[in-house]
Amino acid sequence: MRKRTLMKWLIAAVIVVAGFGAYAARSKEATNQQSITAVGSTALQPLVEAASEQYAGDHAGIFINVQGGGSGTGLSQIESGAVQMGNSDLFAEEKAGINPKGLVDHKIAVVGVTPIVNNDVNVNHLSTKQLIDIFTGKITNWRQVGGPNIAITLINRSQGSGTRVTFEQYGLKGHESAVAQEQDSSGTVRQIVSSTPGAISYVSFGYVNKSVQPISIDGVRPTEENVIHNRWKIWSYEHIYTRGQPTGLTKKFLQYLKTNHIQTTLFNKLGYISVKHMQYQRSWQGKITKGSGE
Amino acid sequence: MNRTQKQSRTAILILRLIAGLVVLILAFLIGYIFITGLPNVSWRFLTSPAKAFTAGGGIGIQLFNSIYLLILAMLISLPIALGASIYLNEYAKDNWFTSTIRTAIEILSSLPSVVVGLFGFLLFVIQFNYGFSIISGALTLTIFNLPLLTRNIEEALAGVSDDQRQGGLGLGLSKYETIIHIVVPAALPGIISGIILCSGRVFGEAAALIYTAGQSAPALNFGDWNPFNIDSPLSPLRPAETLAVHIWKINSEGIMPDLTKVSSGAAAVLVLAILIFNLSARYIGRKVFEKMTSVN
Amino acid sequence: MQQNQKLAKQLMKKSKTARYERFGHLLSLSALLLIMAIVLGIIIFIATKGLSTFFKDHISLKDFFGGVIWNPGTQTPSGQQAVGALPMIVGSFLVTILAAVVSTPFAIGTAVYMTEISPKRGAKILQPVTELLVGIPSVVYGFIGLSVVVPFVRHTFGGSGFGILSGTFVLFVMILPTIVSMTVDSLKAVPKYYRQASLALGATKWQTIWKVVLRAATPGILTAIVFGMARAFGEALAVQMVIGNAALMPHNLVSPASTLTSVLTAGMGNTVMGSLQNDALWSLALVLLVMSLFFNLLVHFIGRKGAFKK
Repeated sequence: MRKRTLMKWLIAAVIVVAGFGAYAARSKEATNQQSITAVGSTALQPLVEAASEQYAGDHAGIFINVQGGGSGTGLSQIESGAVQMGNSDLFAEEKAGINPKGLVDHKIAVVGVTPIVNNDVNVNHLSTKQLIDIFTGKITNWRQVGGPNIAITLINRSQGSGTRVTFEQYGLKGHESAVAQEQDSSGTVRQIVSSTPGAISYVSFGYVNKSVQPISIDGVRPTEENVIHNRWKIWSYEHIYTRGQPTGLTKKFLQYLKTNHIQTTLFNKLGYISVKHMQYQRSWQGKITKGSGE
Repeated sequence: MNRTQKQSRTAILILRLIAGLVVLILAFLIGYIFITGLPNVSWRFLTSPAKAFTAGGGIGIQLFNSIYLLILAMLISLPIALGASIYLNEYAKDNWFTSTIRTAIEILSSLPSVVVGLFGFLLFVIQFNYGFSIISGALTLTIFNLPLLTRNIEEALAGVSDDQRQGGLGLGLSKYETIIHIVVPAALPGIISGIILCSGRVFGEAAALIYTAGQSAPALNFGDWNPFNIDSPLSPLRPAETLAVHIWKINSEGIMPDLTKVSSGAAAVLVLAILIFNLSARYIGRKVFEKMTSVN
Repeated sequence: MQQNQKLAKQLMKKSKTARYERFGHLLSLSALLLIMAIVLGIIIFIATKGLSTFFKDHISLKDFFGGVIWNPGTQTPSGQQAVGALPMIVGSFLVTILAAVVSTPFAIGTAVYMTEISPKRGAKILQPVTELLVGIPSVVYGFIGLSVVVPFVRHTFGGSGFGILSGTFVLFVMILPTIVSMTVDSLKAVPKYYRQASLALGATKWQTIWKVVLRAATPGILTAIVFGMARAFGEALAVQMVIGNAALMPHNLVSPASTLTSVLTAGMGNTVMGSLQNDALWSLALVLLVMSLFFNLLVHFIGRKGAFKK
């Protein structure tokens, strides 16, 4: 019995000593390691994450945590000051329950949103009116817009999602979509549209691939070039909000995101459009003015 | 053969059919996961870090995170669950108080994990200021894990026959000594199978971790095992995306071209890992059982 | 004299074993109290968040439980707040009950097979497989549901394939292992001599299983079903992928519907803490909590009534 007790104490002592040893031996960098956190929009997450990996690769001892959680989470976290950067698909002014005062908007990128349909539908263009009628439930069969005799299945993003807000505001001209299926991520939307006959939904340009058919509206094709000249109206900014003017590492990282290198190489690969290329800018009330705003 | 015997035959035949059908369903599921997933698994896939938007990413860090998080969560929750189930099964009197506690535990287990996750987010990440980290994730998983683990261990303890307890008390051992030295070892196989069940659930849990352990897996320095360094794999304060969260994330927002390959490969690895746990825990359980029963 | 006092003191003092005993008792009690504190914490947390919809945002209970239009922050055509949770409540109930109804016979059949008919094969094949299945993450179930179950339902029953029926199929498989393994535990807990006595009385194997073993294990089996239902009830990611998430009253089993959890999970990240939109989601969580409380009480009641007197 006594021997066992002794063993227990010995093990405890070894653990404590090892703990102190590890603490004392921690790398000296640890003391001046810096870390900042960005939370929010799942659409913006891959972009910021990829940029942060490159940035951390160039600067030792820097840790940039990029988390999803949705635009609502991003805005409420930055408002409460729990994180350094809040990612959002929407202007803070547009989001219910957020006091935009004190928040500084950094427009990082522009993202275009396009309607997509199932490949079997064989429709690749619609007029704005047809699009509105489809999404408000007035048109229920593809035959009515020149397609085959297949019933239309609407698929929406979740209420409050940035993509949905953008689509309803600029694609449906402020009309609200009929109550229908909802999915809370672009990947799932694409998968469902590609596998469900007669399905229609909308995703940002980066998610369009061969498995779904993008739709031209009023003869305008959903391309980057058309977004830059505001011919394609369904686009929005991706925002990073900071509380007050950014300082220190946050400031450096935001500057890094806006450098030409990142904006041209990384953004293109991910299907985002650089803010600098934009010929037009838009205020949160939807007012369009010429100039990139940069 | 009389009527009741016939009835018995038929009933048992039906039972066999049901069991066979269930095995078929399960075999289909596992077969589906392995057949679509295993061809994508390679040593490189298991060890290299994930890629955000180009093909060829692996799941090395996620796999490590999953295992580390599971071990931490189990280390925290096992003593609590063991203590609570000992109290419930051995000490608690059968009254309204006990049944209230049981009901409360059952309610906790039926909460959707996203609610537990948000609770963990507000408490550990924000209130305690642990940030998106392994420790926040482990504590949240503990909350998520406790009810079922307690329930399973209690079930195992209840399965130990009362003769064993009387034997212990008859030898002059106190009740607690009887429990620790006789009841718990006797219930060990049941306890271990309970732990396996819970490990599987914890390993595959995503919703509770999205807001707590986070969805990013920063590169780790596998040459540095000092838990006080933030890039050490053992650091409890680093964000840690697990395998299940990774599958969820790339399926919902992933834009890499080989998304389905990574996702099905990761799913196969996840199921395979659980299979390995299963077998090893079973083996360890049997060994421990043999050892403990022969000593005491 | 002094000697006597010393002796008395020693005798009055608790023995080492007794102290050890008290220590163990307290230790296990404190573990339990910790769990209780967590449960209470979560309940209070959800209750305060969920009730603020009614107290802070002044939504009437009638609009919440009777309304069928869900779009918090906007108004229905008739001028009420669009916070009708009825479609989700109905959806959750339907999916859970249907899944439990479908899986219970399968689960009990499998469990009986594993314990009574072929324990060897049960332990060798079925048990590891069921334990393995518990570990398959719900997102994987969701994707198998999306690529296998939804097209199957679409071809066989019509509609888009998304709906209560697909949700039921996916949940059926998901809760099966939970119910099986817990039923097995409770069947194993039935003492051997019950079976021996029954067989000695001339009962057939089936009569023994049906009239003795299952009867004795009824409370345990009911608990297993509740746990299965609880899992079905709280399951979010997998159901969300196959049910369609349309906040509409389900017309039939193949029209898109939604559950409390699917709306909760999908909406949480898009709303801002403290806003009406967010509070309304927490109210859904509260409904979830109250519903599971109700289920639990129901089962306790049935369990007590149907318990086999030991």
